[in-house]
Amino acid sequence: MKKQNYLSGYVINFIACAALIVFSAVAGTLGFSVKLSTIIWQCCYFIILACSLNLVLGFLGQLSLGHCGFMAIGAYASALISLAFQRAGFYTEKSGPQFMLVLIICVIAAGLLAALVGLIVGIPALRLKGDYLAIITLGFGMIIVNVINNLPFCGMDGLSQGSASSALYQTGLGFILNQLTDYLWLPVTLMVLCVAAMFLFIRSKYGRAIRAIRDNEIAASASGLNVSYYKVLTFVFGAFFAGIAGAIFACCNSSLTTGSFSFTSSSILNSTFIVVMVVVGGMGSLTGSAVAAVGMFMLNYTIKNGKWVESLPEFLQMVFSYPMLVYSIALIIVIIFRPKGIFGTYEFSLRRFFVSIPKLPQMIKNRAAAKKEKAEVAENE
Amino acid sequence: MSERIPVLKTEHLGITFGGLRAVSDFNIEIYEGELIGLIGPNGAGKTTVFNLLTGVYQPTEGSVYLCGEKLNGRKIHQFVDAGIARTFQNIRLFSQMTVAENVKVAFSKDIKYGMLSSIFRSPAYWKTEREIEEKAMNLLSIFKLEGKAGYLASALPYGEQRKLEIARALATNMKVLLLDEPAAGMNPTETAELLECINIIRERFGVAILLIEHDMSLVMNICERIQVINFGQTIARGLPEEIASNPEVIEAYLGK
Ligand SMILES: Nc1ncnc2c1ncn2[C@@H]1O[C@H](COP(=O)(O)OP(=O)(O)OP(=O)(O)O)[C@@H](O)[C@H]1O
Ligand SMILES: [Mg+2]
Repeated sequence: MKKQNYLSGYVINFIACAALIVFSAVAGTLGFSVKLSTIIWQCCYFIILACSLNLVLGFLGQLSLGHCGFMAIGAYASALISLAFQRAGFYTEKSGPQFMLVLIICVIAAGLLAALVGLIVGIPALRLKGDYLAIITLGFGMIIVNVINNLPFCGMDGLSQGSASSALYQTGLGFILNQLTDYLWLPVTLMVLCVAAMFLFIRSKYGRAIRAIRDNEIAASASGLNVSYYKVLTFVFGAFFAGIAGAIFACCNSSLTTGSFSFTSSSILNSTFIVVMVVVGGMGSLTGSAVAAVGMFMLNYTIKNGKWVESLPEFLQMVFSYPMLVYSIALIIVIIFRPKGIFGTYEFSLRRFFVSIPKLPQMIKNRAAAKKEKAEVAENE
Repeated sequence: MSERIPVLKTEHLGITFGGLRAVSDFNIEIYEGELIGLIGPNGAGKTTVFNLLTGVYQPTEGSVYLCGEKLNGRKIHQFVDAGIARTFQNIRLFSQMTVAENVKVAFSKDIKYGMLSSIFRSPAYWKTEREIEEKAMNLLSIFKLEGKAGYLASALPYGEQRKLEIARALATNMKVLLLDEPAAGMNPTETAELLECINIIRERFGVAILLIEHDMSLVMNICERIQVINFGQTIARGLPEEIASNPEVIEAYLGK
């Protein structure tokens, strides 16, 4: 009976994911504007980033401040590998089976390379805890940007024509204009696959193990868990997905600058900001991370481009011209009213949602009754 | 007839913290199915002995043997693999996880399915998960916790949290179980229930148990042998009656 629940859940989720992907695949014929498509591309990599950081921060309980470093590795790796294929004449146009193959190779390579670096960084770093780990990962995030800046093949025109520089002007992926709409299925598919993989990961022995480590490390090892193994594994797993997010980033930008991944980056693509997304969404809820990622991205986007800001009173407009101030206030408000984040550890389930629809009127009635009762009790006292 | 080898044995086990010799020359032999009490006044070094026996501290002298195998230098989880499980004096549960999950975590080391199996939900995944679900419920039922399997561990009352810790320790499939003051903070009814549980455990699992306890009537009641330490040194060992009338023990507890 229980397994049946799971199975029906999988079937429903599978159908929903497939529908989402199909929908994104026909976005071009539905007349999605380039602007809208770009937003969706960006949302997708933010969702992957926030969810993968949540594995480390929310489920494993280790504060990592260098998550965007892994994204940078993924972005540069995929951009340069595709460029190599392009220069070798493997493909000329950004379409066709050969390009698809390159695309797949790039995405996987981006993830694997980020994971490899995650392994190298994680093994020594995860011996540390708390603030110390935060500082060392913060350092990693800064170092990786400098390393990329100084690699002779990572700047200017890239590869053999490159030089050390903070910007890479040639990439083999970088979609432009209508291509962004035509390829909308790519980020959506990757996002769905990544989030699904992470979800299945946390609902297995691995998820149980890392949550146990978060709750009590000594008890976890006294229950037979190899704590350092699980820590490094989760860190590497998270880095892998950050790398894939980087590949998506490389696809929707025609050039790359390391500044976009650096710690001082003033955009919301910044390791601290991803941490904020996880905290706001709820440490230990992938649903929360996804919602917070989209929510904060849209907040940022509309503050910068939206018309609604102009309709605000003068002094609020002043405040909104310093978006970081708005985010800090938003963060403080969330932390005061929902200390565990908006979703806490709650996960949204489509199956539960469908099951509960017919019961909804009853639920509302029950709730109203409970409220009334409470009020009566209060009155009597 | 070959000589029986002790399940757990220590030789001149000791540890020094800075200048403090918390435990020195600690020798103990525990045979299969035995229940041994380890007692001593506050700060005597009992918990430190447990930490030495489970790899939490590395001994500065002496060694620990499990079934004749030397365990020195291993990590905590390797002690568990070898077959030593424990509970903690100050309860350490996975508070944000359910009661059932707390037990399932301890099964992890025996779960064979890997990363790909869990992401693709292979038949091996389902089979193992079903098995450990069943095993966890069986364990919980010994402690009458099966009805609370879905509760958060932190939502249990104190006595049940202690029981859950024992259940979790049992899930590691150990040869020796170390219980650090399992009855601390329990009322007489809860203590009686605990006693019952310990008896069931001994019957069903046939494990050796080393028990730290301050409740003297409990210790005298159920332990086959007792070892007393004070200031890290063994001052007496023997049958409960011998211990109860040992002048050195009485002095350690009551003063001169
Ligand atoms: N990590 C440590 N560093 C320094 N000293 C320690 C450490 N662990 C234990 N000690 C000291 O070792 C001595 C024995 O402590 P232990 O906790 O083993 O006592 P205990 O017999 O379990 O006492 P209680 O009955 O109160 O639980 C104490 O003096 C304690 O301060
Ligand atoms: Mg103690």
